[in-house]
Amino acid sequence: MGIPLDQILIQTINGIVTGMILALVASGLTLIFGIMDVVNFAHGELFMLGAYVGVLTLAVTGDFWIALISASLLIALLGAAIYLVTLRPLIGRDPLTTILATFGISLVLQNYALWQFGPVSRKIAEPIAGHFNLFYLDYPWYRVAVALLSAAIIGGFWLFLKFGTWGIWIRATTQDRVMAQAMGVPVPWVLAGVFAIGSGMAAASGVLFGPFGGVDPTMGLNWILRAFIVVVVGGMGSLGGSLAAAIFISLLEAYASLWVSPSQAVIVSFVVLIVTLLFRPTGLFVATPK
Amino acid sequence: MRSRHGVVFWTGFAVVFALMIVAPLVLPEFWRRFVTEILIWGLLAMSSDILIGYTGMISFGHSAFFGLGMYGAAAALLTTQPPSLWLALFYGLIAAAAVAAFVAYFSTRLRDIYFAITTLIFSQIFYVVIFTWTAVTGGENGLNFDQPALGFGRSFSLSFTPTILHWFVLAVVAGSYLLLRRITRSPFGMVLQSIRENEARTRAIGYAVERYKIVAVMLSGLFAGLAGILYAIQNQFAAPDFVFFLVSGETVIYNVIGGIGTLVGPIVGAAFFLLLREGLSRFLTEYYLIPLGFIFIAMVIFVPQGLLGFMRRWLNQ
Repeated sequence: MGIPLDQILIQTINGIVTGMILALVASGLTLIFGIMDVVNFAHGELFMLGAYVGVLTLAVTGDFWIALISASLLIALLGAAIYLVTLRPLIGRDPLTTILATFGISLVLQNYALWQFGPVSRKIAEPIAGHFNLFYLDYPWYRVAVALLSAAIIGGFWLFLKFGTWGIWIRATTQDRVMAQAMGVPVPWVLAGVFAIGSGMAAASGVLFGPFGGVDPTMGLNWILRAFIVVVVGGMGSLGGSLAAAIFISLLEAYASLWVSPSQAVIVSFVVLIVTLLFRPTGLFVATPK
Repeated sequence: MRSRHGVVFWTGFAVVFALMIVAPLVLPEFWRRFVTEILIWGLLAMSSDILIGYTGMISFGHSAFFGLGMYGAAAALLTTQPPSLWLALFYGLIAAAAVAAFVAYFSTRLRDIYFAITTLIFSQIFYVVIFTWTAVTGGENGLNFDQPALGFGRSFSLSFTPTILHWFVLAVVAGSYLLLRRITRSPFGMVLQSIRENEARTRAIGYAVERYKIVAVMLSGLFAGLAGILYAIQNQFAAPDFVFFLVSGETVIYNVIGGIGTLVGPIVGAAFFLLLREGLSRFLTEYYLIPLGFIFIAMVIFVPQGLLGFMRRWLNQ
């Protein structure tokens, strides 16, 4: 039973790294939900397409950072287009219809990727090649960089929400859509913008994750499920809650994989979800609603 | 007025039923199988309509009930010699009911979108368990078993030819339809529909909404399990693919295309979807989901009531 301390430490770092990527995916999802009441089933597919755009631009330009930025921008545009074409007409209808619409979008996007890129997984080379010594392992600096970069994106996004003009519009729209419109906030554009930002964040996390596990058309589903768990455990619509829940769940999964295979370690996050639903259905990391 | 409605309804039912009886006798082998499959998927979709259409809860986890029905039947068919149809039904329903009780207990604490996500995640739990527990479930390869015979006691036994299987499935599906129709028109069904229309008010009148929801999920899961058993008997295998979330997604698609809250709509939706898939996959091989996805999105936006939505009131009268 004795698990050496160094292994636990390694898993802690691993857990935090994947947790930060997961937080980046989930924060886009929770943002879109919190503001628009839309559960974006296609979020995982945007993550996957972002990774593919990253692969393609990397092949052309050879620069990882250009690939990261262009993937985010392109998928943000795609997100805005998806919003305008399919979700805009659904405003005012039962929010459940948006699940159905985004589910249809995810089917189309996933199969489009399968058609276009084939089922074989593509690789993205790590942009930062260095390693450092962690006990007996050569730990890549890139992983640490990913965690920091994700944290920076989420932090920057939080500052933007807090102080940017658009950020303030977004928060105003969340609180009261009609009132915000009355005060001159261009609500339709804010909603499209939010969908674009959320999609861009998904794409960025897709590119960042690329060097870890490869890019294939079905990767989106795996991530959307975990992101859903994070969003429910963290409390829908709460950015801080998602961040905390993402790291919490990833750490638990990382520790669990010391004993069982990674595919079974997923069950740990399911258990966390069940326990959360039992005792705090509104989320573990948010204040109890009155 | 009412009796005339009844006459028209039962005539329509009898005509469709008669056509379905004749279908395997006149259709070529491939289409015979196809019609049977439509009925099975239609039963799955119909079971999910109890939740989507009548209680207002979208379940994205019906693959769990379907798959557990399948594996339950597999357990019975593998452990008993000779394989018994009735034991397969019994085991399958028990398995589906147990899973449904588990899922219902947790997921009905949540509403709307949260319910949908939770059912989705629960179905993935079962998928992971079945996929990784290779010793019992056969893992990725699934389980193969022999087809049971349609036997009553010791005296009478009939092995399943495709035609007899079709009739058996037809009888089960038609019986389920009549039963579900009766349930949705019963006081219990009325309470479910009032939960759909206004949950807070239903609770205020004094109905134990949570208990009704749990029963609704279990009822729905039971019939989904029945569909799984039929599928297992038809194809003589159980595979983790059928517990995968995609099956749940397709179930929802059948409902939306066919028209929720009509019971027969989902069967029509399943037929429409499967026929379209058959037609499209001749040109597009496995990428048929791209045009189907577009059709689905367009229907959600422009025809939210589905193909049979215009008959909804009439069918529920």
